[in-house]
Amino acid sequence: MTSVRVNPDALSVLDRPNSYIGKTVPRPNLERLLQGRGLYVSDIELPRMAHVVFLRSPHAHAKIVGIDAAQARAMPGVIAIVTGQELAAVITPWVGVLSHLKGLKSAPQSAIAIDRVCWQGEAVAAIVATSRAAAEDAAEHVAVEYEELEAVTDMRTALDPATSVIHASLGDNLAFERVHVAGEVDQAFADSDEVVETEFIFGRHTGVTLEPRSVVADWNAAEARLTIYQGTQAPHMVQNIVALHLGLREAQVRVVCKDVGGSFGIKVHIYADEMATYALSKLLRRPIKFVADRVESFNTDIHARDHRCRGKIGVKRDGTITAFEIDDLTGIGPYSMYPRTSAIEANQVVNLVGGPYTSKNYRARARVVFQNKNVMCQYRAVGHPIACSVTEGLVDLAAMKIGMDPLEIRRRNLIADDAYPCGSPSGLRFEKLSHHASLAKLVKMMDYDALRAEQAALRKKGIHRGIGIASFIEVTNPSAAFYGVGGAKISSQDGVAVRLDAQGSVICATSITEQGQGSESLTAQIVGSVLGVSTDRVRVILGDTDMTPYGGGTWASRGAGIGGEAALQATKILRKNILDVAAVILQSTPDELDIANNAVVNASDGAPRIELNELARVVYFRPDTLPPGIQPELMATKHFVPREYPFAFTNGVQASWLEVDTETGFIRLLKHWVVEDCGTIINPQLVDEQIRGGVVQGLGAALFERCIYDERGQLTNANMADYLVPMSGEMPDIDVGHVVSPTLESELGAKGAGEAGTAGAAAAVSNAVNDALQPFGVTITEIPLTPQVVLTALGRV
Amino acid sequence: MKAAAFAYARATSVANALDLLAAHGDRAKVLSGGQSLMPAMNLRLISPELIVDIGELTELRGITVRGDVLVIGALTRHVELLKSPDIAAHAPLLVDAVAHVAHPAIRNRGTLGGSLAHADPASELPACMLALDATIIVRGPGGERRIAAEEFFTGIYETALAPQELLVAIELPVAKKGSVHFFHEFARRHGDYAIAGLAAQASIDGGRFAGLRLGFFAVGDRPLLANAATRLTGVEVSAAVLTEACAALDAELDPQEDQQASPEMRRHLARVLLKRGVAALLGRPELGAGATT
Ligand SMILES: Cc1cc2nc3c(=O)[nH]c(=O)nc-3n(C[C@H](O)[C@H](O)[C@H](O)COP(=O)(O)OP(=O)(O)OC[C@H]3O[C@@H](n4cnc5c(N)ncnc54)[C@H](O)[C@@H]3O)c2cc1C
Repeated sequence: MTSVRVNPDALSVLDRPNSYIGKTVPRPNLERLLQGRGLYVSDIELPRMAHVVFLRSPHAHAKIVGIDAAQARAMPGVIAIVTGQELAAVITPWVGVLSHLKGLKSAPQSAIAIDRVCWQGEAVAAIVATSRAAAEDAAEHVAVEYEELEAVTDMRTALDPATSVIHASLGDNLAFERVHVAGEVDQAFADSDEVVETEFIFGRHTGVTLEPRSVVADWNAAEARLTIYQGTQAPHMVQNIVALHLGLREAQVRVVCKDVGGSFGIKVHIYADEMATYALSKLLRRPIKFVADRVESFNTDIHARDHRCRGKIGVKRDGTITAFEIDDLTGIGPYSMYPRTSAIEANQVVNLVGGPYTSKNYRARARVVFQNKNVMCQYRAVGHPIACSVTEGLVDLAAMKIGMDPLEIRRRNLIADDAYPCGSPSGLRFEKLSHHASLAKLVKMMDYDALRAEQAALRKKGIHRGIGIASFIEVTNPSAAFYGVGGAKISSQDGVAVRLDAQGSVICATSITEQGQGSESLTAQIVGSVLGVSTDRVRVILGDTDMTPYGGGTWASRGAGIGGEAALQATKILRKNILDVAAVILQSTPDELDIANNAVVNASDGAPRIELNELARVVYFRPDTLPPGIQPELMATKHFVPREYPFAFTNGVQASWLEVDTETGFIRLLKHWVVEDCGTIINPQLVDEQIRGGVVQGLGAALFERCIYDERGQLTNANMADYLVPMSGEMPDIDVGHVVSPTLESELGAKGAGEAGTAGAAAAVSNAVNDALQPFGVTITEIPLTPQVVLTALGRV
Repeated sequence: MKAAAFAYARATSVANALDLLAAHGDRAKVLSGGQSLMPAMNLRLISPELIVDIGELTELRGITVRGDVLVIGALTRHVELLKSPDIAAHAPLLVDAVAHVAHPAIRNRGTLGGSLAHADPASELPACMLALDATIIVRGPGGERRIAAEEFFTGIYETALAPQELLVAIELPVAKKGSVHFFHEFARRHGDYAIAGLAAQASIDGGRFAGLRLGFFAVGDRPLLANAATRLTGVEVSAAVLTEACAALDAELDPQEDQQASPEMRRHLARVLLKRGVAALLGRPELGAGATT
């Protein structure tokens, strides 16, 4: 890893001697996880705990005529069989809308379907038994009579008058529409030397977490409290929503989130079957465990990215991009997801298209329609892969049309590095980006000219390799005006409490959560650095609404930037409080003292003065030796939310080098490069691995992943054999480089890094494939780029 | 994804296993490596009443050379095929093929007998049996039967095995001096079942094929020993001859449609495999290059 510090303003608290900031520090949770001592929801066993299995609809759209569970009720181990109607006694339905997404509509959704099922996989009954196996046995004997209804599956015809309306009360199948116009678009196209227009198609896919969604809900009737163990990205959001729909106060709900086996946005939503599990615990007055199996994960974990987007670009012969225009269509399933809604993805597409470029003329329409398929919602890099593929695909097509190198057209149109702060035609505001520095670095890392020469030489031998470039911007650190403004009780701020224990170690409770990305590690690094203690003295507590400050959690690439800043600010106060009491004990002044290596030292020469454990001993056990009126405060809490910019945008650029076997349609990824700018880098290894993991998910979308539905709304590849996730054997080496432009909204200066890899990977691959296929005069703007798609485009089959 | 309840018996001998199978018929299932059987049971695609675990039967293990014949026990695991010096010396095609079967964890458990009895048309090893002219040895209540590989595979997951029979071993003629082989498959990811594949064994004399056995897989409901090979045997192979052979191959194929490929694409890939395979076997790269339509 190499870094260029574009903004070299020193951050004093972070540049202290022995700082952990910018260093690769092993994760504090590594040993625990590697020794198999992690605690996932599946590991939790409680007395009297029962298991729930959901009987799921085999039809995409059907009336439930009757449910006969008599035979199943008599099966061994069965505790209860509960229908949607019965469960409605303890839980209310919900509607997934946000008021700031004007016009967004959805229908009330129940925890278990009542009267009607709207997608294949929707739960129609809960079978509660002493084991999962017993519940599955019984599920086979629940007889449900359905009357099939017409299924709306093709988003292209969902709005046709001839198509049936899924929710009659809504009037039509249009969930949301946004139109945005900036500048003089028609004039700009008229003034262009070339205008290129095409349709981009994106396969519906999903996040495929290694650990499926899992919940243990434990209603304690004596305490009138519900404890929920769940792998979630947002414990306080779950707490709020559970309380709201089960008729409880938030104080009656505790959400505990231990280890989580991957989330990627899949676990940031409220799912009907999880709501049903909470309600079942209350109804049956005992702990209930729900662990989704792989088939139901595919059928019920949110899907994403099912888009068809027409795109248009205008360009002058000198390479100036004059305008972008898009018309995006996406199908989200039968309900808008709760509580973040299913309109955010399309909304992001409108926000982000053209984002890296100077062109001011932009027209966009996005339509979000209902269909009888599984629900769609936010998955890692929400909307970005669509926007990036459309933008970068159009830029390359424009470059091809005027015979300009893809690098050159970008150099001529990317927003200049000294143009900030500035805005985009869609209304985004950029504090500080580094497109040109990033591109320059990428070109060097990949040795662009040498690759072009190699490509030309191999082409003569009938070997077709391609280079694809994709610049991108990424939404991170959402600010105060996020979700709450739309009426959803999801906190945009996060909090951290730090306290010195009686032996001089630090206990730090943070409201951000850990799903594998290293929240625990980065928090310990910040606390250790700011305070002056080693990270082995810092214990981080996350994921417990009873124990941590109130906050949003870890999603939208916000954990490090927002939770990290709260940790920094809380630790600064603790440090000051420690130095105040040290000055009293040492008959010195706080200014003359510092903390380093777990001890209070002289600021001047670093000579140790008093160990922190000794200071803590005095404060906790011998306060009698302190002068009158001195009451040390060895605990501090701070919260943080960015206020100035709606988002801390990051930027970067990716490149793909690949080979297309033009006889078979198979694509071999040879190498991938990323340069990104996430501001202050707290832990380089964690950042690089976030980028790499993100890239791999983007490559999955580019080549492999797709939920294949038939025309009747049946998901036909809901298993790991037929749904192809990217695997290491097909992955190229991924080189990561950084440019560092810290955000000035926080002292930490960190922006997010979790989604950048996913944002641009597919765009880079698509562009590389089209680059490789140039001699054939073929361009493909559809992902996944399967051999069948490539061969068909080449006219071989 | 929990299997329905079933009874379990660990067979103590081949005779004991045959007794159990005779008593329970098609309500029983033999368990070898479990790498195909257990997923099917967990998905409740099948729910046998009795599992007859033959895993402990050492008499079904092992690789031995008897004169001109290589004998491989049914319980020989994929990983053992991969590592055996006897296989490398006498049936090197199998080494190349097994490297494409699944992943190391699965190869550590999966067995040759299980793979052949399971008869997935996209499996590598059944096609190798055709290319290597194997004899499949099964034992049942009526004694032992020797079945030519060409007769053994009868359809998707269907074989000449009766429910009361056990596949016990296979026999292969050891590879002759001067014989060459070719293995290639098109799969979306390493370890996936193929979209189309070819396992070929040949002997070459004076630049011509003296013998050529082409075992195609994933291009029909069972592995196919292609007759198109006869067009290439004993003649000087030119691009024109190869094109004719491709056309002949095409006429033999009846590929299935699935999510990975249309029948048309499978036909196309089979032709590419034939060209590339012949080019590799004859050491004439020019035959494999160029578009195939
Ligand atoms: C993720 C994954 C990927 C895979 N990829 C591939 C691949 O790419 N190519 C491939 O070929 N295979 C693949 N397989 C399957 C694997 O090779 C299996 O090991 C093999 O198909 C079956 O062998 P087994 O010993 O595991 O048989 P089992 O699963 O134990 O049995 C399979 C069937 O054969 C029957 N059977 C087993 N042994 C006998 C016997 N001696 N006599 C009679 N009947 C018997 C069983 O009753 C059962 O019906 C994959 C499996 C997995 C899980």
